[in-house]
Amino acid sequence: MSGQNELTPPEAVYLGIKNAGIDFIVSVPCINLRELIPMIGADPDIIHVPVTREEEGVGVCAGAFMGGKRPAMLMQNSGLGNSINSLASLNRLYGIPLLMIMSHRGVEGEPICAQIPMGQLTVPLLDTLCIPYFLPDSKQEATEMIFKAVETAFDKKKPVALLLPISFWRQS
Amino acid sequence: MKRMDAISEIVKKATNINALLVSNIGVPCKELHQACDTPNNFYMLGSMGLASSIGLGLALALSDRKVIAIDGDGSVLMNMGSLATIAWQAPDNYLLVVVDNGAYGSTGNQPTATSQQADLAQVAKGAGNIKVYEAGTKERLRQILQETDDGIIVVRVLPGNADVPNIQMSPEDILERFMAEASRPSGSV
Ligand SMILES: [Mg+2]
Repeated sequence: MSGQNELTPPEAVYLGIKNAGIDFIVSVPCINLRELIPMIGADPDIIHVPVTREEEGVGVCAGAFMGGKRPAMLMQNSGLGNSINSLASLNRLYGIPLLMIMSHRGVEGEPICAQIPMGQLTVPLLDTLCIPYFLPDSKQEATEMIFKAVETAFDKKKPVALLLPISFWRQS
Repeated sequence: MKRMDAISEIVKKATNINALLVSNIGVPCKELHQACDTPNNFYMLGSMGLASSIGLGLALALSDRKVIAIDGDGSVLMNMGSLATIAWQAPDNYLLVVVDNGAYGSTGNQPTATSQQADLAQVAKGAGNIKVYEAGTKERLRQILQETDDGIIVVRVLPGNADVPNIQMSPEDILERFMAEASRPSGSV
């Protein structure tokens, strides 16, 4: 896709969201989502629901899926910990797809020590939960992987994650 | 009035307006299944606390369809933020009924905070919900259900579970049947 390198990181994610036909998004903020969340809120073709906690968002997205939507959750990886029971006893139990677009904190470049433990545990937790995850190396790959991730979620009827580390958001 | 009585009233309402009905984890699911098992019912077998959230997502996704969620006091206490999110979104096709028996009824009737000071109708109002109703009798519940298709009803009941069998359907079958019903245009009969 020409001109993709001109996109900012949040624009690349937004393009992926649009290409994948995502039409319902719940969000819990992260500083790295500060530009993306208003873009979602301003899109008339996406229902945006700011939620109070990621587990709540898993429930709202499950209901939206049952109502025919293609849902995604914008979140920080810390919210994975808040969601585990629902990802297992709702999504896994019934076979409900969900795309989790995660700002992955607690990795290279992290200024806040409290982010480190969950930063280190995020991938092992996803492995344990049998949740497929995608690790894009570039903005273009992020755009493309969102499409693939949603396909995977719907084909396999399960949650999937896209991990976007600190370095992703710092790209020019 | 016990929970089963409240559920029977909610079922009548749901049938009248052909609503999609989401039921809370545990005995409430079984009581709903016993009262009236239809493709309109989604039995939430796990994920305690999320019935009101699933109902909200459904209502937002299907704006031309009525949605009712049956929740409990213990479950709302576990996902209280949901009341603020519901107030923010305020879909006019969504009715949340909190059946408050002051107890964790499916795990041995341990008291919840609503058996003491907590007042979930006040919490719902404080979270910003405009249409909040309270019922303490079956007659009052019936009256409210006749008046409104949206908002939040907190109905106080006595603890106690009806003697009802387990649901035999698999989770996949529950979901598939429910989604087939939910995808029908405007819930045409
Ligand atoms: Mg209770």
